[in-house]
Amino acid sequence: MAEFSLPANSKVKPGKTVRSAGTDAKRTRKFRIYRYDPDSGENPREDIYEIDLDKCGPMVLDALIHIKNDVDSTLTFRRSCREGICGSCAMNIDGRNTLACLKAIDEVKGDVKIYPLPHQPVVKDLVPDLNQNYAQLASIKPWLQTQSTAPSRERLQSPEEREKLDGLYECILCFCCTTSCPSYWWNGDRYLGPAVLLQAYRFIADSRDEMTGERLDALEDPFRLYRCHTIMNCTQTCPKGLNPAKAIAEIKKLMAARAA
Amino acid sequence: MANSTNSFRTPLGRARGLGSAKHGAHHWLAYRVGAAGLAVLTILFIALVLSLIGASHEDVVLTFQKPYPVIVTILFLGFTFHHAAYGMQEVFEDYIHGKLAKLAAIALTKGLALVLFLLSAFAVLKIAFGA
Repeated sequence: MAEFSLPANSKVKPGKTVRSAGTDAKRTRKFRIYRYDPDSGENPREDIYEIDLDKCGPMVLDALIHIKNDVDSTLTFRRSCREGICGSCAMNIDGRNTLACLKAIDEVKGDVKIYPLPHQPVVKDLVPDLNQNYAQLASIKPWLQTQSTAPSRERLQSPEEREKLDGLYECILCFCCTTSCPSYWWNGDRYLGPAVLLQAYRFIADSRDEMTGERLDALEDPFRLYRCHTIMNCTQTCPKGLNPAKAIAEIKKLMAARAA
Repeated sequence: MANSTNSFRTPLGRARGLGSAKHGAHHWLAYRVGAAGLAVLTILFIALVLSLIGASHEDVVLTFQKPYPVIVTILFLGFTFHHAAYGMQEVFEDYIHGKLAKLAAIALTKGLALVLFLLSAFAVLKIAFGA
């Protein structure tokens, strides 16, 4: 039956408060950051860091890097490109999944609350365990599959056919959408989630791919695809401005087209 | 996500799981087509009920002995219970995670919907054919 009690170590307790901003600091801001070390056996806590905004760049990621470099080196988070193309710094900022490198501190009113992507196992602090998501991505075979003999040159595609991939190929697989989806929270072991379904549609929509039927076969499942109830959190949260809900709707339309 | 940490099974093995059920499109389509039909039938049924406001018992009985009101009412009942059963199935699939409990809840709901439809349709037909 449904679970009504929270799993162990779910309750977030108040943590320490660190004021690194000096008394002469003109622009200060409080960052409330989720801290959790599963190995410690202790519950997660919310640490507060009050920092001088003149000592870091304008984005939330800049503040996190400042805290790690100059205030508390035990703070753990993922980051790489710091310009919205690698997807590493996906986290929940101010109640919404986004990329820390694309979220300006100014956009947040009041204290800046930073939590890991929701409903995933936490490795440490802001680092979620995304193994399941990556495995689900691999399961839909996100590569071009053909049966025809490989051509001696590029596989051709008309500009119109190429246009169908716009809004799909830009996905950076940060999983902001998937981890914002209530259906994924309740049935993430079987439901593929918006990020993976958008990738699946990216290959279904590709005119060069010859395995469309097999791809649809693999998706036609009450859980893998049809747990999507068009809640639209995915589209609302996507830091790249993509529309995973529409991609899923297109898959459902193709399913209906071949069934009816 | 249950058992994900206590198993040596690879993440890909877990993600691939038992494979695709290879159905779901029919359910999805039937649910939506049924909803569209129910929207129309609800309007027709409400119009029918409104047209009977203030009518005497004999008038109502006479109305429900004509083909149009009987067919609209039975179709309305059928689409309602169909839609309710399909909708509850979605809810159960979302929130009940025990295999047996889920199966039982879906089967009981569908059975209940069928019985309620038959009972209500029988009641309409009883009036139609003059009890």
